[in-house]
Amino acid sequence: MTAPALLLVASALFSIGLFGVLARRHAIAVLLSIELMFNAVNLAVVTVAWSRGWLAGVVLALFGIAITVAEIAVGLALVLLASRMPGRVLLDELSELDG
Amino acid sequence: MLPLALTVLAGPLGALALIGLVPPLRRSGRPAAFVAIAGTAVALMAAAALAAPFVTAAPPAPAAFELVWMPLGTVPAIPFGLLVDGLSASMAVLVALVALLVQVYSLAYMAGEPPSSLGRYFAYHALFAFAMLGLVLAHNLLQTYVCWELVGLGSYLLIGFWFDRPAAGRAALKAFWTTRLGDVGFALGIVVLWSAAGTFTFAELFAKASSGAIAGGALTLGMLGIYAGAMGKSAQAPLHVWLPDAMEGPTPVSALIHAATMVAAGVYLMIRVAPLLALTPAVAEAVFVIGVATALLGASMALVERDLKRILAHSTVSQLGFMMAAVGSGGAAAAYFHLLTHGFFKALLFLAAGSLIHAFHTNDIFSMGRAVRAMPVTSACFAAGALALAGILPASGFFSKDEVLAAVLAGGHPVGFAILVGTAALTAFYIGRALLIALVGAGSGASREAHDPPPAMTAPMLVLAVPALAFGIAGPTVSRLVAAPEEHAPVVVPILGTLAALGGAAAAWVAFRRGALEIRARGPLAPLIRALERRWYLDAPFEWGYRVLHAGVFRGIAWLDRYVVDGAVNALAWGTWGAAGRLRAIQNGRVQDALYAVAAGLVLLAWLAWGA
Repeated sequence: MTAPALLLVASALFSIGLFGVLARRHAIAVLLSIELMFNAVNLAVVTVAWSRGWLAGVVLALFGIAITVAEIAVGLALVLLASRMPGRVLLDELSELDG
Repeated sequence: MLPLALTVLAGPLGALALIGLVPPLRRSGRPAAFVAIAGTAVALMAAAALAAPFVTAAPPAPAAFELVWMPLGTVPAIPFGLLVDGLSASMAVLVALVALLVQVYSLAYMAGEPPSSLGRYFAYHALFAFAMLGLVLAHNLLQTYVCWELVGLGSYLLIGFWFDRPAAGRAALKAFWTTRLGDVGFALGIVVLWSAAGTFTFAELFAKASSGAIAGGALTLGMLGIYAGAMGKSAQAPLHVWLPDAMEGPTPVSALIHAATMVAAGVYLMIRVAPLLALTPAVAEAVFVIGVATALLGASMALVERDLKRILAHSTVSQLGFMMAAVGSGGAAAAYFHLLTHGFFKALLFLAAGSLIHAFHTNDIFSMGRAVRAMPVTSACFAAGALALAGILPASGFFSKDEVLAAVLAGGHPVGFAILVGTAALTAFYIGRALLIALVGAGSGASREAHDPPPAMTAPMLVLAVPALAFGIAGPTVSRLVAAPEEHAPVVVPILGTLAALGGAAAAWVAFRRGALEIRARGPLAPLIRALERRWYLDAPFEWGYRVLHAGVFRGIAWLDRYVVDGAVNALAWGTWGAAGRLRAIQNGRVQDALYAVAAGLVLLAWLAWGA
């Protein structure tokens, strides 16, 4: 696989993730889509680092994965809390932020 | 001198502030009255001290004090100042004296008022005294104008004091509107003079005008404007229509404002600007002609009036005409002398009329009668005032009217002189008629229990009776006050004046000595008498004009204001409201809608970075 092909895969992953975030209503599905976008970015970073021979890029990707895991843990906790309120797992219904 | 001059103003202003800003004091009634009286007394003492040096044989030079009021960058700043000379200081004494006496008189006259309205009444009095003294002491036109309007406001408030009477409200409005009509001209005149001379200050205006630095046309136009203002305040025909109606106010108010002070303000202003008037013969001619016409008009209307106060009001119109005629023919000193004596004797007449009205509970002279025996003090005071008004020796009015007539003759107006002598005869006739019917006659009120008022009312009358009778000897002093050369009238003038006065009085005696005899509106004179009773039909055009203006122009302006001016503002408000109602749909709190916006922004940024 060449670097342009890998970058193409990464942008495809990102677009699929973005579509999922915007289109899916279930909180868990949205979280999964976000995860997809994160991984697309990681893939892009690793691709560029690999093709140019920059080790720092790979380290950055490792950090990115670690942060993603932490963020997903927080996200899942929020979804868990929201799900304790009856029927509040759909994002449409979590609209208290409108003031 | 400055501290004294400031004290003159501070007295009434302090009283006004105290009564106005301390509601419990205002509602307490009589204490508020005493505060106002104290303030005016302070002003009177300060004014007397101010005027004292000027009546000596070697008067001091006029003193002007000024502060910068409005700095205007490149053009000269507008000053705020006081001018103390013989004219202003002595006028301040007259104003403060009459104001003080009237306020004391009001204590008893208005005793029946509830305390809160009594406090209001005296607050208005303090406002009026302050404004009038400010007008008198002002050293420039703009300040004069400000005080002029304040005086108008005080007059409006006091005429309409009994605002629950529709007639009083209408009269107050009429007075305000009519004088405002003249004041528009006054404002324009000030502007014209300022743009021509670059100053509002009297002294500078006189200097520039006499050196020819002001274009003749601008000077004439400016003086016409100023005279228009004086016409309104001093009730010159045809703007005299407000004064008889102003009698709806309390009688002491009429004595102060519509006899001695406010209506004299116009004459005072013309005396003040007499040096400019001397340079504009066309305006002086107009002042003279209108003055003579006003004198005759006022006296003629007083002939048939039944309402005692209105007789005096018409008489005031007529006497103001005399003063203006003197000013117009170059006799400022004579006009000022007559202003002072008129201030005394007309205030006296009004106060006496007030106590007659108080005793008989009516204004109609035919419902009064036989007051001589029942009310000796009042009757004597009224008679003293009538003597002075008629101009019969030795009362003060004789001397001042004599000087007025002499000034008119010296000014080269034989026809005007003849008319004024005739008017003097009419004056003696109408006041003789009022006196005989109200005091001597056996009108329907004659049998009623009438008696002299309490000392608070008789004392001011007695005090005023002294100058009303004896102020005539002060003629030379008054000439010195206004720095005019003393003139000696031809001996024919006092003889003619006396003959006219005695003739008028004799005619009144013949016609009315039996008391309640009225000139019947029949025979060849009937249309004339009817016209007189309708006041020459001169009120109608004003009322028509007011109604038409009200119905047409002002309704149009109101429409414009409501729908165009307010409409624009309201449209803006409603537009914002409506747009907000639509736009708030965006802020629905849905995370994904916000994310759509983020994604759209991202695409836009990407397009901007690479696409375009």
